[in-house]
Amino acid sequence: MAKSEDSLTLKDLNLGCVVTEPGNARQYKTGSWKSKRPVTDREKCNKCGLCYIYCPEGCIRVNNKGYFLSNYEYCKGCGICAHECPQEAITMIEEEEE
Amino acid sequence: MEQKLQKQPKIFSKVPPEEYFVSGHRGCVGCGEALAVRLVCKALGPNVIIANATGCMEVVSSQLPNTAWGVPWIHTLFENTAAVASGIECGLKVLRKKGRYSNENTIVAAMAGDGGTADIGMQALSGALERGHRFVYICFDNEAYMNTGIQRSSTTPFGASTTTSPAGKKSIGQLTWKKDLPSIAIAHNIPYVATASPSYPFDLINKVKKATTMKGPSYLHVFSVCPTGWRSAPELAIELGRLAVKTGIFPLYEVENGVYKINHEPSKLDPVKDYLKLQGRFRHLSDDTIKEIEKRVNSNFIELKRKMMCDDMRVV
Repeated sequence: MAKSEDSLTLKDLNLGCVVTEPGNARQYKTGSWKSKRPVTDREKCNKCGLCYIYCPEGCIRVNNKGYFLSNYEYCKGCGICAHECPQEAITMIEEEEE
Repeated sequence: MEQKLQKQPKIFSKVPPEEYFVSGHRGCVGCGEALAVRLVCKALGPNVIIANATGCMEVVSSQLPNTAWGVPWIHTLFENTAAVASGIECGLKVLRKKGRYSNENTIVAAMAGDGGTADIGMQALSGALERGHRFVYICFDNEAYMNTGIQRSSTTPFGASTTTSPAGKKSIGQLTWKKDLPSIAIAHNIPYVATASPSYPFDLINKVKKATTMKGPSYLHVFSVCPTGWRSAPELAIELGRLAVKTGIFPLYEVENGVYKINHEPSKLDPVKDYLKLQGRFRHLSDDTIKEIEKRVNSNFIELKRKMMCDDMRVV
Protein backbone atom coordinates (compact mmCIF):
# COMPACT_ATOMS: atom_id res chain seq x y z
CA MET A 1 0.00 0.00 0.00
CA ALA A 2 1.35 3.38 -1.00
CA LYS A 3 2.04 5.89 1.75
CA SER A 4 -0.47 8.64 2.43
CA GLU A 5 0.14 12.10 1.04
CA ASP A 6 1.44 13.42 4.39
CA SER A 7 4.14 10.80 4.91
CA LEU A 8 5.25 10.55 1.28
CA THR A 9 8.78 11.69 0.46
CA LEU A 10 10.72 11.99 -2.78
CA LYS A 11 12.55 8.73 -2.07
CA ASP A 12 9.27 6.78 -2.10
CA LEU A 13 8.61 7.57 -5.75
CA ASN A 14 9.56 5.21 -8.57
CA LEU A 15 11.60 6.31 -11.55
CA GLY A 16 9.39 8.44 -13.80
CA CYS A 17 6.80 8.60 -11.00
CA VAL A 18 5.35 5.30 -12.22
CA VAL A 19 2.64 3.92 -9.95
CA THR A 20 2.92 0.13 -9.92
CA GLU A 21 0.05 -0.77 -7.63
CA PRO A 22 -3.24 -0.99 -9.57
CA GLY A 23 -6.26 0.75 -8.12
CA ASN A 24 -4.61 2.06 -4.95
CA ALA A 25 -6.85 5.15 -5.05
CA ARG A 26 -9.09 3.04 -2.80
CA GLN A 27 -6.99 4.18 0.15
CA TYR A 28 -8.31 7.70 -0.39
CA LYS A 29 -11.75 7.74 1.23
CA THR A 30 -14.02 10.14 -0.63
CA GLY A 31 -16.94 9.49 1.73
CA SER A 32 -16.16 12.60 3.76
CA TRP A 33 -17.25 14.76 0.80
CA LYS A 34 -20.94 13.98 1.11
CA SER A 35 -23.63 16.05 2.74
CA LYS A 36 -26.40 13.50 2.15
CA ARG A 37 -26.32 9.73 2.24
CA PRO A 38 -28.50 7.20 0.40
CA VAL A 39 -30.59 4.82 2.50
CA THR A 40 -32.29 1.83 0.87
CA ASP A 41 -35.78 0.73 1.93
CA ARG A 42 -35.44 -3.05 1.70
CA GLU A 43 -39.20 -3.61 1.44
CA LYS A 44 -39.45 -1.54 -1.73
CA CYS A 45 -36.15 -2.70 -3.30
CA ASN A 46 -36.57 -5.33 -6.03
CA LYS A 47 -32.82 -5.96 -6.34
CA CYS A 48 -32.69 -4.82 -9.98
CA GLY A 49 -29.22 -3.27 -9.62
CA LEU A 50 -29.82 -0.06 -11.61
CA CYS A 51 -28.23 1.95 -8.79
CA TYR A 52 -25.12 -0.22 -9.08
CA ILE A 53 -24.93 0.37 -12.85
CA TYR A 54 -25.44 4.15 -12.62
CA CYS A 55 -23.13 4.88 -9.64
CA PRO A 56 -20.24 7.09 -10.88
CA GLU A 57 -18.13 6.05 -7.87
CA GLY A 58 -18.64 2.32 -8.32
CA CYS A 59 -19.23 2.15 -4.57
CA ILE A 60 -22.50 0.17 -4.61
CA ARG A 61 -22.05 -3.53 -3.94
CA VAL A 62 -24.45 -6.45 -3.71
CA ASN A 63 -24.64 -8.07 -0.27
CA ASN A 64 -25.21 -11.77 0.47
CA LYS A 65 -28.99 -11.29 0.51
CA GLY A 66 -28.98 -9.70 -2.96
CA TYR A 67 -29.56 -6.09 -1.87
CA PHE A 68 -27.48 -3.33 -3.42
CA LEU A 69 -25.98 -1.15 -0.72
CA SER A 70 -23.76 1.90 -0.91
CA ASN A 71 -20.34 1.93 0.73
CA TYR A 72 -20.37 5.14 2.78
CA GLU A 73 -16.56 5.25 2.84
CA TYR A 74 -16.57 6.20 -0.86
CA CYS A 75 -20.11 7.49 -1.58
CA LYS A 76 -19.98 11.21 -2.43
CA GLY A 77 -23.73 11.64 -2.00
CA CYS A 78 -24.60 12.70 -5.57
CA GLY A 79 -28.11 11.22 -5.33
CA ILE A 80 -28.10 9.58 -8.78
CA CYS A 81 -29.14 6.24 -7.25
CA ALA A 82 -32.10 7.83 -5.47
CA HIS A 83 -33.16 9.73 -8.59
CA GLU A 84 -32.88 6.75 -10.94
CA CYS A 85 -34.38 4.05 -8.68
CA PRO A 86 -37.51 2.78 -10.52
CA GLN A 87 -39.05 1.62 -7.21
CA GLU A 88 -38.21 4.86 -5.36
CA ALA A 89 -36.67 2.69 -2.67
CA ILE A 90 -33.65 4.96 -2.03
CA THR A 91 -33.96 8.22 -0.10
CA MET A 92 -31.24 10.75 0.59
CA ILE A 93 -30.98 11.77 4.23
CA GLU A 94 -28.90 14.59 5.67
CA GLU A 95 -25.55 13.70 7.21
CA GLU A 96 -25.53 14.77 10.83
CA GLU A 97 -22.75 15.14 13.36
CA GLU A 98 -22.66 12.17 15.66
CA MET B 1 -40.80 0.12 -16.90
CA GLU B 2 -41.54 -0.99 -13.35
CA GLN B 3 -43.40 -4.11 -14.41
CA LYS B 4 -40.69 -5.02 -16.85
CA LEU B 5 -38.08 -4.73 -14.12
CA GLN B 6 -40.03 -6.90 -11.72
CA LYS B 7 -40.30 -9.65 -14.30
CA GLN B 8 -36.61 -9.54 -15.05
CA PRO B 9 -34.90 -8.13 -11.98
CA LYS B 10 -31.35 -9.26 -12.69
CA ILE B 11 -30.38 -6.67 -15.28
CA PHE B 12 -27.17 -5.98 -13.40
CA SER B 13 -25.83 -9.37 -14.52
CA LYS B 14 -25.53 -7.93 -18.08
CA VAL B 15 -22.77 -5.64 -16.80
CA PRO B 16 -19.33 -7.20 -16.16
CA PRO B 17 -18.80 -7.25 -12.35
CA GLU B 18 -15.09 -6.35 -12.27
CA GLU B 19 -14.11 -2.73 -11.61
CA TYR B 20 -11.10 -1.31 -13.48
CA PHE B 21 -11.81 2.30 -12.59
CA VAL B 22 -12.08 2.05 -8.82
CA SER B 23 -13.70 4.04 -6.03
CA GLY B 24 -11.57 6.76 -4.50
CA HIS B 25 -11.05 8.80 -7.66
CA ARG B 26 -11.45 12.55 -7.14
CA GLY B 27 -14.19 13.21 -9.70
CA CYS B 28 -16.82 15.81 -8.84
CA VAL B 29 -20.04 14.74 -7.16
CA GLY B 30 -22.32 13.23 -9.82
CA CYS B 31 -19.67 13.15 -12.57
CA GLY B 32 -21.13 11.67 -15.75
CA GLU B 33 -17.69 11.24 -17.26
CA ALA B 34 -16.44 9.09 -14.35
CA LEU B 35 -19.48 6.86 -14.88
CA ALA B 36 -18.78 6.68 -18.61
CA VAL B 37 -15.13 5.73 -17.98
CA ARG B 38 -16.17 3.13 -15.42
CA LEU B 39 -18.60 1.47 -17.86
CA VAL B 40 -16.15 1.68 -20.77
CA CYS B 41 -13.41 0.05 -18.65
CA LYS B 42 -15.82 -2.73 -17.65
CA ALA B 43 -16.52 -3.36 -21.34
CA LEU B 44 -12.84 -3.23 -22.37
CA GLY B 45 -11.87 -5.81 -19.75
CA PRO B 46 -8.48 -6.49 -18.15
CA ASN B 47 -6.50 -7.15 -21.34
CA VAL B 48 -6.07 -3.53 -22.43
CA ILE B 49 -3.52 -0.71 -22.57
CA ILE B 50 -5.00 2.76 -22.22
CA ALA B 51 -3.45 6.02 -23.42
CA ASN B 52 -5.24 8.89 -21.71
CA ALA B 53 -4.95 12.53 -22.71
CA THR B 54 -4.67 15.35 -20.22
CA GLY B 55 -8.07 16.39 -18.98
CA CYS B 56 -10.56 15.78 -16.22
CA MET B 57 -10.14 12.00 -16.24
CA GLU B 58 -6.37 12.20 -15.99
CA VAL B 59 -6.46 14.71 -13.15
CA VAL B 60 -9.07 13.00 -11.00
CA SER B 61 -7.75 9.47 -11.42
CA SER B 62 -3.98 9.78 -11.07
CA GLN B 63 -3.01 11.93 -8.13
CA LEU B 64 0.41 10.76 -7.08
CA PRO B 65 0.96 8.32 -5.35
CA ASN B 66 -2.49 6.94 -6.14
CA THR B 67 -4.07 5.63 -9.29
CA ALA B 68 -7.72 4.77 -9.81
CA TRP B 69 -6.88 2.54 -12.77
CA GLY B 70 -6.75 -1.24 -12.48
CA VAL B 71 -5.31 -1.68 -15.99
CA PRO B 72 -2.05 -0.48 -17.66
CA TRP B 73 -2.51 3.22 -18.25
CA ILE B 74 -0.29 5.94 -19.64
CA HIS B 75 -0.81 9.66 -19.41
CA THR B 76 -0.15 11.54 -22.63
CA LEU B 77 -0.31 15.17 -23.59
CA PHE B 78 -3.38 16.80 -25.07
CA GLU B 79 -2.10 16.69 -28.63
CA ASN B 80 -0.65 13.21 -29.03
CA THR B 81 -3.09 10.70 -27.56
CA ALA B 82 -3.81 9.02 -30.88
CA ALA B 83 -0.11 9.09 -31.76
CA VAL B 84 0.84 7.37 -28.48
CA ALA B 85 -1.90 4.77 -28.98
CA SER B 86 -0.67 4.03 -32.51
CA GLY B 87 2.88 3.75 -31.11
CA ILE B 88 1.72 1.21 -28.52
CA GLU B 89 -0.06 -0.79 -31.23
CA CYS B 90 3.04 -0.81 -33.46
CA GLY B 91 5.29 -1.63 -30.51
CA LEU B 92 3.17 -4.65 -29.61
CA LYS B 93 3.31 -5.82 -33.24
CA VAL B 94 7.12 -5.67 -33.23
CA LEU B 95 7.39 -7.41 -29.86
CA ARG B 96 5.11 -10.20 -31.11
CA LYS B 97 7.26 -10.63 -34.22
CA LYS B 98 10.35 -10.93 -32.04
CA GLY B 99 8.58 -13.45 -29.83
CA ARG B 100 8.79 -11.34 -26.70
CA TYR B 101 5.06 -10.77 -26.30
CA SER B 102 2.65 -13.64 -26.78
CA ASN B 103 -0.76 -12.12 -26.02
CA GLU B 104 -2.57 -11.74 -29.35
CA ASN B 105 -5.70 -10.04 -28.06
CA THR B 106 -4.42 -7.00 -26.20
CA ILE B 107 -6.70 -4.07 -26.93
CA VAL B 108 -5.17 -0.63 -27.38
CA ALA B 109 -7.49 2.17 -26.29
CA ALA B 110 -7.08 5.92 -26.41
CA MET B 111 -9.21 8.15 -24.21
CA ALA B 112 -9.52 11.90 -24.42
CA GLY B 113 -11.91 14.68 -23.63
CA ASP B 114 -13.57 16.87 -26.20
CA GLY B 115 -10.81 19.48 -26.04
CA GLY B 116 -8.12 16.85 -26.53
CA THR B 117 -10.03 15.41 -29.48
CA ALA B 118 -11.80 18.24 -31.28
CA ASP B 119 -9.28 21.04 -30.80
CA ILE B 120 -5.77 20.07 -29.75
CA GLY B 121 -5.49 16.38 -30.68
CA MET B 122 -7.31 16.61 -33.99
CA GLN B 123 -4.37 16.17 -36.34
CA ALA B 124 -2.88 13.24 -34.38
CA LEU B 125 -6.30 11.56 -34.40
CA SER B 126 -6.77 12.18 -38.11
CA GLY B 127 -3.32 10.76 -38.83
CA ALA B 128 -3.89 7.64 -36.73
CA LEU B 129 -7.28 6.99 -38.31
CA GLU B 130 -5.78 7.41 -41.77
CA ARG B 131 -2.87 5.03 -41.06
CA GLY B 132 -5.39 2.38 -40.01
CA HIS B 133 -3.95 1.31 -36.66
CA ARG B 134 -6.04 -1.23 -34.81
CA PHE B 135 -7.18 0.75 -31.78
CA VAL B 136 -10.29 2.17 -30.14
CA TYR B 137 -10.45 5.93 -29.71
CA ILE B 138 -12.97 7.10 -27.15
CA CYS B 139 -13.86 10.76 -26.82
CA PHE B 140 -15.63 11.78 -23.63
CA ASP B 141 -17.57 14.86 -24.62
CA ASN B 142 -18.52 17.19 -21.75
CA GLU B 143 -18.76 20.15 -24.11
CA ALA B 144 -16.06 22.47 -22.67
CA TYR B 145 -12.64 22.48 -20.99
CA MET B 146 -14.05 21.55 -17.59
CA ASN B 147 -10.72 20.61 -16.02
CA THR B 148 -9.27 24.12 -16.26
CA GLY B 149 -12.46 25.96 -15.33
CA ILE B 150 -15.16 25.74 -18.03
CA GLN B 151 -13.59 27.39 -21.09
CA ARG B 152 -15.36 26.95 -24.42
CA SER B 153 -14.17 24.25 -26.80
CA SER B 154 -15.26 23.62 -30.37
CA THR B 155 -17.86 21.11 -29.16
CA THR B 156 -19.57 23.62 -26.86
CA PRO B 157 -23.15 23.93 -28.14
CA PHE B 158 -24.74 27.15 -29.40
CA GLY B 159 -25.97 29.44 -26.63
CA ALA B 160 -24.01 27.86 -23.78
CA SER B 161 -22.46 30.26 -21.29
CA THR B 162 -18.87 29.44 -20.35
CA THR B 163 -16.11 31.56 -18.79
CA THR B 164 -14.67 32.41 -22.23
CA SER B 165 -18.06 32.78 -23.92
CA PRO B 166 -20.01 34.49 -21.15
CA ALA B 167 -23.65 35.40 -21.58
CA GLY B 168 -24.54 39.03 -20.96
CA LYS B 169 -26.21 42.08 -22.46
CA LYS B 170 -24.32 41.90 -25.75
CA SER B 171 -23.84 38.15 -26.12
CA ILE B 172 -25.93 35.02 -25.72
CA GLY B 173 -22.89 32.89 -24.91
CA GLN B 174 -21.32 30.51 -27.42
CA LEU B 175 -22.03 31.78 -30.93
CA THR B 176 -20.94 28.79 -33.00
CA TRP B 177 -22.52 25.36 -33.33
CA LYS B 178 -21.09 22.13 -32.02
CA LYS B 179 -18.39 20.56 -34.19
CA ASP B 180 -19.64 17.26 -35.58
CA LEU B 181 -16.78 14.97 -34.58
CA PRO B 182 -18.38 11.60 -35.47
CA SER B 183 -18.89 12.85 -39.03
CA ILE B 184 -15.21 13.82 -39.24
CA ALA B 185 -14.29 10.30 -38.10
CA ILE B 186 -16.74 8.78 -40.62
CA ALA B 187 -15.07 10.80 -43.37
CA HIS B 188 -11.86 8.80 -42.75
CA ASN B 189 -13.68 5.64 -43.92
CA ILE B 190 -12.84 3.70 -40.77
CA PRO B 191 -14.65 0.43 -39.91
CA TYR B 192 -16.63 1.62 -36.92
CA VAL B 193 -17.89 4.95 -35.59
CA ALA B 194 -20.55 5.26 -32.88
CA THR B 195 -22.06 7.71 -30.45
CA ALA B 196 -23.03 6.49 -26.98
CA SER B 197 -24.20 7.76 -23.64
CA PRO B 198 -23.81 6.32 -20.12
CA SER B 199 -27.52 6.97 -19.62
CA TYR B 200 -27.99 3.97 -21.94
CA PRO B 201 -25.39 1.67 -20.29
CA PHE B 202 -26.08 -1.56 -22.20
CA ASP B 203 -25.92 0.25 -25.53
CA LEU B 204 -22.60 1.83 -24.45
CA ILE B 205 -21.11 -1.51 -23.34
CA ASN B 206 -22.23 -3.28 -26.53
CA LYS B 207 -20.71 -0.56 -28.69
CA VAL B 208 -17.35 -0.68 -26.88
CA LYS B 209 -17.27 -4.48 -27.23
CA LYS B 210 -18.13 -4.21 -30.91
CA ALA B 211 -15.43 -1.58 -31.45
CA THR B 212 -12.77 -3.88 -29.99
CA THR B 213 -13.59 -6.61 -32.52
CA MET B 214 -12.89 -4.39 -35.54
CA LYS B 215 -9.77 -4.97 -37.64
CA GLY B 216 -8.96 -1.28 -37.92
CA PRO B 217 -9.44 1.95 -36.00
CA SER B 218 -12.77 2.64 -34.37
CA TYR B 219 -14.06 5.87 -32.91
CA LEU B 220 -16.58 6.28 -30.09
CA HIS B 221 -18.10 9.58 -29.06
CA VAL B 222 -19.44 9.33 -25.51
CA PHE B 223 -21.74 12.01 -24.11
CA SER B 224 -20.61 12.88 -20.56
CA VAL B 225 -22.78 15.13 -18.43
CA CYS B 226 -20.78 17.57 -16.27
CA PRO B 227 -22.91 18.93 -13.39
CA THR B 228 -20.16 21.37 -12.38
CA GLY B 229 -19.69 22.98 -15.78
CA TRP B 230 -23.27 22.75 -16.94
CA ARG B 231 -24.57 24.23 -13.68
CA SER B 232 -27.04 21.39 -13.19
CA ALA B 233 -28.01 19.32 -10.15
CA PRO B 234 -25.68 16.33 -9.62
CA GLU B 235 -28.54 13.81 -9.34
CA LEU B 236 -29.75 14.80 -12.83
CA ALA B 237 -26.62 13.55 -14.61
CA ILE B 238 -28.31 10.42 -15.99
CA GLU B 239 -31.59 12.20 -16.66
CA LEU B 240 -29.84 14.89 -18.73
CA GLY B 241 -28.07 12.28 -20.85
CA ARG B 242 -31.41 10.62 -21.48
CA LEU B 243 -33.08 13.93 -22.36
CA ALA B 244 -30.27 14.77 -24.80
CA VAL B 245 -31.09 11.58 -26.70
CA LYS B 246 -34.87 12.02 -26.49
CA THR B 247 -34.75 15.63 -27.73
CA GLY B 248 -32.44 14.75 -30.63
CA ILE B 249 -29.57 16.93 -29.38
CA PHE B 250 -27.30 13.88 -29.11
CA PRO B 251 -28.70 11.06 -31.28
CA LEU B 252 -27.36 7.57 -30.63
CA TYR B 253 -26.18 5.97 -33.86
CA GLU B 254 -23.45 3.75 -35.21
CA VAL B 255 -21.78 3.53 -38.59
CA GLU B 256 -20.35 0.14 -39.40
CA ASN B 257 -18.37 0.01 -42.65
CA GLY B 258 -20.22 3.06 -43.93
CA VAL B 259 -23.73 1.81 -43.09
CA TYR B 260 -25.72 4.04 -40.73
CA LYS B 261 -27.94 2.68 -37.99
CA ILE B 262 -29.85 4.77 -35.44
CA ASN B 263 -29.93 2.84 -32.15
CA HIS B 264 -32.54 4.87 -30.37
CA GLU B 265 -35.10 6.50 -32.60
CA PRO B 266 -37.90 8.31 -30.78
CA SER B 267 -41.12 8.45 -32.81
CA LYS B 268 -41.37 12.14 -31.96
CA LEU B 269 -38.58 14.31 -30.60
CA ASP B 270 -39.22 15.96 -27.23
CA PRO B 271 -39.01 19.79 -27.11
CA VAL B 272 -35.40 20.89 -26.50
CA LYS B 273 -36.61 23.19 -23.74
CA ASP B 274 -36.99 20.12 -21.46
CA TYR B 275 -33.24 19.60 -21.76
CA LEU B 276 -32.11 23.23 -21.72
CA LYS B 277 -34.12 24.43 -18.71
CA LEU B 278 -32.37 22.01 -16.33
CA GLN B 279 -28.97 23.62 -16.96
CA GLY B 280 -27.66 26.93 -15.66
CA ARG B 281 -25.48 27.46 -18.73
CA PHE B 282 -28.64 27.86 -20.88
CA ARG B 283 -30.69 29.80 -18.34
CA HIS B 284 -30.37 33.16 -20.17
CA LEU B 285 -31.75 31.90 -23.52
CA SER B 286 -34.88 33.59 -24.89
CA ASP B 287 -37.75 31.65 -26.46
CA ASP B 288 -36.70 32.80 -29.93
CA THR B 289 -33.18 31.40 -29.47
CA ILE B 290 -34.58 28.14 -28.14
CA LYS B 291 -36.77 27.90 -31.26
CA GLU B 292 -33.72 28.46 -33.41
CA ILE B 293 -31.86 25.66 -31.58
CA GLU B 294 -34.87 23.37 -31.95
CA LYS B 295 -35.04 24.04 -35.69
CA ARG B 296 -31.38 23.18 -36.12
CA VAL B 297 -31.63 20.04 -33.95
CA ASN B 298 -34.65 18.83 -35.94
CA SER B 299 -33.01 19.41 -39.30
CA ASN B 300 -29.86 17.58 -38.12
CA PHE B 301 -31.96 14.64 -36.99
CA ILE B 302 -33.82 14.52 -40.32
CA GLU B 303 -30.48 14.60 -42.12
CA LEU B 304 -29.27 11.65 -40.02
CA LYS B 305 -32.48 9.73 -40.78
CA ARG B 306 -32.04 10.47 -44.47
CA LYS B 307 -28.53 8.99 -44.38
CA MET B 308 -29.88 5.88 -42.68
CA MET B 309 -32.68 5.52 -45.22
CA CYS B 310 -30.21 5.87 -48.10
CA ASP B 311 -28.23 2.98 -46.61
CA ASP B 312 -31.39 0.89 -46.23
CA MET B 313 -32.13 1.36 -49.93
CA ARG B 314 -28.57 0.39 -50.83
CA VAL B 315 -28.83 -2.87 -48.87
CA VAL B 316 -32.11 -3.75 -50.68
